Amino acid sequence: MKGTIIGITGPTVTVDLADLKLYDRLKVGHAGLQGEVVRLAGDHAVVQVYEETKGLGLGEPAQPLGVPLSARLGPGLMGQVYDGLQRPLPLMGETFGPFIRPGCDLPSLPEDKGWPFTPLKKVGDRVAVGEALGFVRENSFTHALFSQAGGVITAIAQGDMDLRRPVAELDDGRLLHAAQDWPIRTPRPFRRKLPPTSPLITGQRVIDFFFPLALGGTAIIPGGFGTGKTILEQTIAKHAAVDVVVYVGCGERGNEMAEMLEEFASLSDPWSGRPLAERTIMVANTSNMSVAAREASIYTAVTMAEYYRDMGCHVLLLADSISRWAEALREVSSALEEMPGEEGYPTYLASRLSGYFSRAGVVETLNGTTGSLSMILSVSPPGGDFSEPTTQACLRASGAFYMLDTALAHRRHFPAIHWGQSYSLYGEEVGRHCTEAVCRQWVELRKKSMTLLQKEEKLREVSEIVGAEGLQDEDHFLLHAADRIRSRFLCQNSFSEDAFSAPAQTAELIALLVRQYEQGAARLAQGEDLAVLLREMR
Amino acid sequence: MRLAEYRYSTVRGIRSQLLFVGQVEAVRMGEVVQVIAPDGRELEGEVLAVHANDVLIQVFGECRGLDVQHTTVVFGDAIKQTPLSPTMLNRVFSGSMHPLDEKPMFVPERWWPAGGFPLNPTLRESPREFIETGISAIDGLATLVKGQKLPIFSCAGLPSQQMVADILKYARTPQGNFVVIFVALGLTHHEHAFYMRILEELDTHYVAIINLAGDSVLERLLAPRFGLTVAEYFAFQHGMDALAVVTDMTNYCDALREISSAREELPGRRGYPGYMYSDLALLFERAGRIKGRPGSVTMLPVVTMPEDDITHPIPDLTGYITEGQIVLSRELHQQGIYPPVDVLPSLSRLMQHGIGQGLTRKDHRQVANDLYRQYARGSDLRGLAAIVGREGMTGADRRILDFCEAFEKEFVHQQSGRRPILDSLDLGQELLARFGPP
Repeated sequence: MKGTIIGITGPTVTVDLADLKLYDRLKVGHAGLQGEVVRLAGDHAVVQVYEETKGLGLGEPAQPLGVPLSARLGPGLMGQVYDGLQRPLPLMGETFGPFIRPGCDLPSLPEDKGWPFTPLKKVGDRVAVGEALGFVRENSFTHALFSQAGGVITAIAQGDMDLRRPVAELDDGRLLHAAQDWPIRTPRPFRRKLPPTSPLITGQRVIDFFFPLALGGTAIIPGGFGTGKTILEQTIAKHAAVDVVVYVGCGERGNEMAEMLEEFASLSDPWSGRPLAERTIMVANTSNMSVAAREASIYTAVTMAEYYRDMGCHVLLLADSISRWAEALREVSSALEEMPGEEGYPTYLASRLSGYFSRAGVVETLNGTTGSLSMILSVSPPGGDFSEPTTQACLRASGAFYMLDTALAHRRHFPAIHWGQSYSLYGEEVGRHCTEAVCRQWVELRKKSMTLLQKEEKLREVSEIVGAEGLQDEDHFLLHAADRIRSRFLCQNSFSEDAFSAPAQTAELIALLVRQYEQGAARLAQGEDLAVLLREMR
Repeated sequence: MRLAEYRYSTVRGIRSQLLFVGQVEAVRMGEVVQVIAPDGRELEGEVLAVHANDVLIQVFGECRGLDVQHTTVVFGDAIKQTPLSPTMLNRVFSGSMHPLDEKPMFVPERWWPAGGFPLNPTLRESPREFIETGISAIDGLATLVKGQKLPIFSCAGLPSQQMVADILKYARTPQGNFVVIFVALGLTHHEHAFYMRILEELDTHYVAIINLAGDSVLERLLAPRFGLTVAEYFAFQHGMDALAVVTDMTNYCDALREISSAREELPGRRGYPGYMYSDLALLFERAGRIKGRPGSVTMLPVVTMPEDDITHPIPDLTGYITEGQIVLSRELHQQGIYPPVDVLPSLSRLMQHGIGQGLTRKDHRQVANDLYRQYARGSDLRGLAAIVGREGMTGADRRILDFCEAFEKEFVHQQSGRRPILDSLDLGQELLARFGPP
């Protein structure tokens, strides 16, 4: 079945094909541009093309592929750099040169690369859907291969294998392959969801201590430009205590992405000591790359993340930034001439976002292990105005909120997470966990230090009115102590040794700062001189 | 590829700069067409949309005088491309790449599509190395790095024009293989005469693309694309360091808004189209370097902030794409400081890769940090001084205030022209020493 192009408007193309399915993939034009069916109307269909349509001609062919937009899942994902359509960027560069021209395409996984396969099943065994057939070594990683069908095994591979040949054969003649294609907009199945309770250690004190993220939880980082969203995301990507990191550069700067790729190639995972790239998958769809592929990029990423979750891994998905995704959604929607909602965004923005957030969580996988998928998404509100639709929709759907403050960033206080405005809904469960596992006083210290910071804010307001001379000695002492918490505990330089702080270190540091304040305040109450106390603490 | 060109006289309708043509065969998106007015005037246009045999054409130039009966459209089966040749150097072109300097058109060595292609992020070389602008406030505290895009946020009435001229005159790299691509959008005649004089006196290589205020709005959208293609050509074909100076992006965005509303697209914030972020990114992201190749494209766009508002969509979206910003201040300008760079909100995100030993000087970062910190403290103190008065302050505080004053008058202010980076750093150190250790 082959059709022809009968109309082109910007990125959308009308083709004269009737029996297509919605969201099926097509290749259009002589160049073979990739697209997705977005509307069906009797004798024709409207296709959203992911690439530049300039030069596309009327009457050129359209070839349906019969499958929806999918991600290819299998060994070889780890350490890769993809674009939003899961095209392997390093290989694309080797093959087609430094610029990405329309119609360039290559397989997502290396088809001919050999993998040493260790079977867990033998001929004659019965296997169920989602059960492990065996595993391959992907760098240092044990990559389990799951059966996509149930039956009795009549043949199974051993030793060296590649993606072109089947791994096993079932009694009904079905062949099982190591790689599979999964439609990116469909969540991958699991047995059941479990409540998120244990912490995801990011190494950022202000997050881990005050506003913790749980494994399987979701967080957003909104902030205007220059508040350090990208640096924070990248720092977390480097240090987070998880098995796999999927990082999406969604509509952001190319130079930042290049720098990050360079850095990740040279750094090692602080937890395992292995090269950082070995646990990371990158999706790089920078702002000048296709807008429709930008819309798809976060789904491509979450599908790969779910795939590793299904192996029982703790996976962290970082996206920078979800606002660029929302803008891509808006552009696609307006090209389709859909009815706009608030600020031109389609009315389904909020439901798409909450659907996306709900793909995170702790799950019991089909083969009975526990895996988790956590998300940290940055948000770039236009003009730094948090009342805009994307920020608001994210706020409703996410479990933790790390607000980046422009004033803090100007004072070079990084990470510029505002402690007064940020929150985490996982605080209680994770706090309980940390009290048992890290430090007995975890929750108590958190309460004490937060009160101190809140008191400080009030005092600053007062001192602005009455002047610094109008304050009592105890107030001066409190201001001083709060300042120490801010500069020594809340601030963390991403480019120094201090970029990562283990929970025990975090607890020790805050315990020290709080103890010094309490002891000092007590001595002050007994009449000791403020100047002496301040000098001692220096 | 068609061998012949096709002429159509089937214009169905005309609306502002859009032309509807019927019964057209085998047309391509983005095809360049020639529109011949009844009086014989020739205009260029581009295919915007095709449905069945109906074609929507966007006309570059003034549509006045076109009609339905006698207007002819010629389809040439070509996509808008930029003519390129090494002989373009030191020449001036219009927004549609016609020579403006009374010399004949050059013979193109190559044609590249004006829109460019996205650079594969894995083959991007992250920006390193320093470009000297000769302006202390930029070189010292918000250093421009090869491959970076760093905008100047100006306000109406501030001398951004003089600053652009100074950068055109003073900018250079230590290696010397340098070309400035000057793209002027919506220039008034007064400004035009000013820049022409500057270009004549320029002793570095340049290519200028000039779109005047009276020229076509569509050309205003094309001119920066041509300019960047020229920059990419000299950078990646000839291994030069190209600095694209584009002024003024506010005119570009207004042109974008005008075209968008002519196309009856849905308006976004303040009437600007929702795709403005992506559109600006397509321009700004063309700055960069490629792994394993010499040459670089660096961008220095000028944005005039409407109503001095940095949250206006134009500076806001620009700031989200670019790697920092140079902010000009009305207050400094009123005090006679030139260039009136407000160093506190100014930032170069890539600065750390362009400075230090072997690039500028070993202590550059230290000097820059000390100056910034001291000046930031001084700015806070100024607020206090306004309330309690200078007399009410301690001696140390007064010294910081004096530092602020001297910093603005001596370091930021530079009337006497180009200041090499080493002189800027010496001056900074001297200021820090004069007003005591930070």
